[in-house]
Amino acid sequence: MTGIQPLVLWTDLLLFGLLACTLLAGWSVRRSEPMRAAWRRVGESSVGMTSLTILMFFLLVGLMDSLHYRERLAPAGGEQLAADDRRQLSTEVRSALDALAAPLRTRVEKTYSAPLAYQLFARQTVEGPDGSQKREFPRLKHGGADLKYPEHELDGDIVGRIGMGLAVAAVAWIVFAAVLVKVVAMSRRVPAGAAWRAIWRGKGGPAWRAVLATLGVMLLLIGPLAALATEYHVFGTDKVGQDVLFLTLKSIRTALVIGTLTTLVTLPLAVALGIMAGYLGGWVDDVIQYIYTVLNSIPGVLLIAAAVLMMQVVIDTHPEWFETAAERADARLLALCLILGMTSWTGLCRLLRGETLKLRELEYVQAARAFGVSTTRILARHVLPNLMHLVLIALVMDFSGLVLAEAVLSYVGIGVDPGTVSFGTMINAARMELAREPMVWWSLVAAFIFMFVLVLAANLFADVVRDAFDPRAS
Amino acid sequence: MFAYIVRRLLYAPLILIGVNLLTFALFFVVNTPDDMARMQLGAKRVTPEAIERWKVERGYDKPLLFNAGAEGAETLTRTIFFEKSLRMFVFDFGRADDGRDIASEIQSRMGPSLAIALPSFVLGLLVTVSFALLLVFFRASYLDFAGVVLCVAMMSISGLFYIIGGQWLVSKIWHLVPISGYGGGLDASRFLVLPVVIGVIAGIGGSARWYRTIFLEEAGRDYVRTARAKGLSELQALFRHVLKNAMIPILTGVVVVIPSLFMGSLITESFFGIPGLGSYTIDAINAQDFPVVRAMVFIGSLLYIVGLILTDLSYTLVDPRVRLE
Repeated sequence: MTGIQPLVLWTDLLLFGLLACTLLAGWSVRRSEPMRAAWRRVGESSVGMTSLTILMFFLLVGLMDSLHYRERLAPAGGEQLAADDRRQLSTEVRSALDALAAPLRTRVEKTYSAPLAYQLFARQTVEGPDGSQKREFPRLKHGGADLKYPEHELDGDIVGRIGMGLAVAAVAWIVFAAVLVKVVAMSRRVPAGAAWRAIWRGKGGPAWRAVLATLGVMLLLIGPLAALATEYHVFGTDKVGQDVLFLTLKSIRTALVIGTLTTLVTLPLAVALGIMAGYLGGWVDDVIQYIYTVLNSIPGVLLIAAAVLMMQVVIDTHPEWFETAAERADARLLALCLILGMTSWTGLCRLLRGETLKLRELEYVQAARAFGVSTTRILARHVLPNLMHLVLIALVMDFSGLVLAEAVLSYVGIGVDPGTVSFGTMINAARMELAREPMVWWSLVAAFIFMFVLVLAANLFADVVRDAFDPRAS
Repeated sequence: MFAYIVRRLLYAPLILIGVNLLTFALFFVVNTPDDMARMQLGAKRVTPEAIERWKVERGYDKPLLFNAGAEGAETLTRTIFFEKSLRMFVFDFGRADDGRDIASEIQSRMGPSLAIALPSFVLGLLVTVSFALLLVFFRASYLDFAGVVLCVAMMSISGLFYIIGGQWLVSKIWHLVPISGYGGGLDASRFLVLPVVIGVIAGIGGSARWYRTIFLEEAGRDYVRTARAKGLSELQALFRHVLKNAMIPILTGVVVVIPSLFMGSLITESFFGIPGLGSYTIDAINAQDFPVVRAMVFIGSLLYIVGLILTDLSYTLVDPRVRLE
């Protein structure tokens, strides 16, 4: 009997919780005209929609990788199902992405192989059928295994697969474009032809043209990649023969978790303390300023290092807390988010304090005070809503910095668990191989390119959001 | 103004005490010395005697805050807090796990750190400010737009990429300079060129964009328009008026990091094998050498606080209106 048992890791829960909160917040501000106007400005910007489309792709991959489960093992040799069902669970934790990309995950080679190769990267001693030994490049177990004469067939096969991928991508794009046109036509109550022309000329409403163009380019890349990935290791394999494409896909989740969950700590601390310091003043202000000056004065990396080292001791001395390796790695990832949050709230807090200082002197706040409105109510009704744009801008701006920081921290050895796949651990593992001759460059390049695209999209999106929400900008 | 400076100087020890308490809590309260001993000794040799020996060797065999077993002032001084945390105020950092004196190690490693950090900092500042001024000079043109795009792209690239890519291209393909290492005297320059250049390039994206916004804000003000109206060329207006008046926001970000240059850069030093404080720290982190990490946290915060005070002082120099009330 096989089956699966869903498993919700802490970071999964928080990630989906955060997503739900974001959607809820979006729903609750839908009637606020300034907010809607600002989001409309984001939607009308081609750069904004382009980067949003790319971010959505990353988010999709990340969320799919956050649906975890454990497989139920088949009882060996007709053994009776134990009453304690948990014992039958595999210790390996999988995700929906793992299941979807199962061919990538399971086709493990012996060691390094170059992108689209059919042989291993290094010579190995192979024993012939007659017992003689030869030094040669052995064929891969999976990459290009269907080719009978790879020397001659490889190029043709690759071109054929790219063509097939492009064709599928084109069809997918046309289907998506048709659906989009239909939806736009229905929402604007115009014929489909008119809607298509409006989108094509980039007229009116959100920049759908940018979305379609971005999606087109992405599909043109993804299609051939997927077609090739069914037979080859498109980005090669790493030291233990894992497919690098698969590893990069897995890294996305780690980057997203670090970039978003950190805000769970930053946000409440920075908002609560910043507003209190700015509005109440006096000794409250002094204490809060003291706290963030102390935290600020410790160099960020060192504070993180100290905290992570201590957390490591806690985790190492309590192995009984975690049932599987994945849960331990997850706890460490979450702890890293908490630590990053504890060290990075000071900037936003100072910003909010300054802004609150200005707000409390404004007439409407003074009027509210004169009417005897309670402090908490003033803060919640009059001060907080007028700070939200700053909070939003800070959050979006922080994301890219956190993704980049993860790579550096993992390099220093104070990042994610070595068992967690992330851009940082990939770079760290690949760094050792640069000295090899010829060089093993593919996993490094793959990690850097994916990270660059993610961070660039986040940076561009942050710029658009800032321009749309910052009243000073316009 | 004198009173202000005195007040700031008095505030500094207060902050340092806070840092000290925080590190004390992190290193001794969250995890007891027993936990650390157990982890450092590994699973095999964990016997109560071994843990006790480990603690005695390092002086961790005392109570944390209050020694009830001692007499007089010793109830407070013969404690971990006094011996490990308060002693740092007189720069007594004790010994690292390998037995070396941390203070003298720090002294000998400051030089190499500074040899990299100072040129990177000065050159980086010059390059980014000039680049930002150039973009402002050509503002609202395609050149400006391309420059901003370049900045965003450059700041989206991981710092690790600049280092790895630079080492590969310059040292491995072109064979211009050694990949890593360090030498004394003039010989060092050979090793320093690449890290400095890479440090400058890696910093351009973010800072140039930031300076550009500051300059743009300043360049739109009335006094700059007046300056142009009275016949100053655009270049003169930029250098004489915009640059001068943009000094305050620039100084806020720049002066505060100057003392911290002593700390060196963790990543750069470890990639280029430079025996500075950055690589000292990174080695300590990897070896879980807690006394060294603690010492570096203390020194890092001390330098940062010095930087804060210098920032305040520098305001009075560039802006006569600021009287530090």
